[in-house]
Amino acid sequence: MNILIVDDEMDVEILFRQKFRKEIKKGEISLSFAFSGQEALDFLEQENPPQVVYVFSDINMPGMTGLELLKKIKERFPQINVSMISAYGDTENYEKAIDSGAKEFFTKPIDFEFLKSEIANLVHKQKSNKP
Amino acid sequence: MLSVNIISIILLFTLKRPLSTKQVSEEWKRLFNYGIIAAIALMVIEWVPMPSLISFIASIAGYLLISAIVFVTLQFPALEHKKGVVYAWLPIIVISIISEIFVALAPEFYNKWDSYFETAEAFAFIWAIAMWIINAKQKKNLEKERIKALEKEKELEITEQLKNQFEQQVKARTAELTAQKNELEKIVQELKSTQSQLIHAEKMASLGELTAGIAHEIQNPLNFVNNFSELSNELLVEMKEEIEAGNYELALEIVDDITQNLQKIAHHGNRADSIVKGMLQHSRINSGEKELTDLNNLADEFLRLSYHGLRAKDKSFNSDFKLNLDPNLPKVKVVAQDFGRLILNLVNNAFFAVNEKKSKLDPNSEEGKNYQPTVEVTTSLENNKIKITVSDNGSGIPKAIKEKIFQPFFTTKPTGSGTGLGLSLSYDIVKAHGGDFKVDSVEGEQTTFTIILPLDKLEKSDKAEE
Repeated sequence: MNILIVDDEMDVEILFRQKFRKEIKKGEISLSFAFSGQEALDFLEQENPPQVVYVFSDINMPGMTGLELLKKIKERFPQINVSMISAYGDTENYEKAIDSGAKEFFTKPIDFEFLKSEIANLVHKQKSNKP
Repeated sequence: MLSVNIISIILLFTLKRPLSTKQVSEEWKRLFNYGIIAAIALMVIEWVPMPSLISFIASIAGYLLISAIVFVTLQFPALEHKKGVVYAWLPIIVISIISEIFVALAPEFYNKWDSYFETAEAFAFIWAIAMWIINAKQKKNLEKERIKALEKEKELEITEQLKNQFEQQVKARTAELTAQKNELEKIVQELKSTQSQLIHAEKMASLGELTAGIAHEIQNPLNFVNNFSELSNELLVEMKEEIEAGNYELALEIVDDITQNLQKIAHHGNRADSIVKGMLQHSRINSGEKELTDLNNLADEFLRLSYHGLRAKDKSFNSDFKLNLDPNLPKVKVVAQDFGRLILNLVNNAFFAVNEKKSKLDPNSEEGKNYQPTVEVTTSLENNKIKITVSDNGSGIPKAIKEKIFQPFFTTKPTGSGTGLGLSLSYDIVKAHGGDFKVDSVEGEQTTFTIILPLDKLEKSDKAEE
């Protein structure tokens, strides 16, 4: 299962790769990273239909914001799940995200336990869907 | 023959009268009055038939009186101005006396030479008249002069009065001006303190705008510190398990990860640290200390602070930003907090400009869809000069106000949004470092602020301080 993580902070990659080392090792998930909204869109458009099933995006990024990215992904690839991660846990962003079709809304610092369980659920669903 | 007493009376009257401005004293006047009374008495005695002895004595007294008058007039300086009158009458007086003596002592001789005496008397009389005319003329002239003198005196008096009046006016005016000067000095003092307060307020205002950005910028590295340390703990547990299981290779892999994590923790810790330091530096009142500064770091830091600060204030705000930093830029001695403010001001303005342009465009138009707000900060080193540019593709600066943007208190922002001091202070900061500050703008399209810092100027100003 391909997951794309979008954040302008590069170190997020190391963080996620280590956090999900076991899952990656087991081959349950594979992680891709993009450091801006545009990069994420370019990445998704490389393959048609994209392999990615889940996108986690930061909201607060220069250039295209996470919310704009969310809208664009939902327009072009409605089948992809998108969850937002924001440093600001304000209701305005939350409502905008949910209205635009975000699956979940995470607040920084990320609760990795919750995130892991969310991904585990997905993996489980996919497994049960496969046969 | 003219009676000497009549002459006495005439002389005494004349003596009593003032000649132009000259007056005789009261004492003299009294004396002259006595003389007049005496002369009248003698005259009466002369005319009234008397025993010959009395009339003789009276006649002698008459001569003595006139002699006394002549003597006194010629002798006393107080009567100097009346000498002319006496000279006029003197010949008649002398001739009268001589005739009288001859009449009394040698009547025959007198009778024989009678016509000569009379001729002399006539000449003396003419002389007297001539003198009188001259004196009268002189008197007239003197009178004229006296009037002139009086007029002059009056004029002088008026002038004096005017002078006094004028002096008083000058005094009053001087006092007024002094008061005004003091007042102005006080105002200048007040303005000076207001100015420093304003500068501080501006600093604090930009700091206030920063707060949210700072919070975000500190929160981010702190999140990493927390995440990576938590992760490292998990990894250590895992490593222990691997070692116990004898999987040394895997354990070594984990060691590498932990090492990397610890480096990340240190990196993000430092990042937070430098932001807090920058903030403290920015809020410090007394600046002026130059220190070796990495302008690239400063530009990076304040660009992010500005961006996140604006984002936190206005959720709808967004803009791309690019940093194009020359890695070969040398560290230079500058007042770091001033340069932080400088970059912050320029970047804040740039973000404001792109936001303004975006808000004016119709989001459904082609132009509105394609517009990508971008702010770019570049640094470079050319010909021993450091060049910093802050450019944006925002609303630009209208030509009409281009001249004014560096003036204190000039602002295009709505009241309360800007102090109007940002660019003015920025200008001062660049100039204080011997640099050049340029602006280049196309209205509606873009604006670029360029700061040029000659390295030698920086060193020079450095040496000058030591």
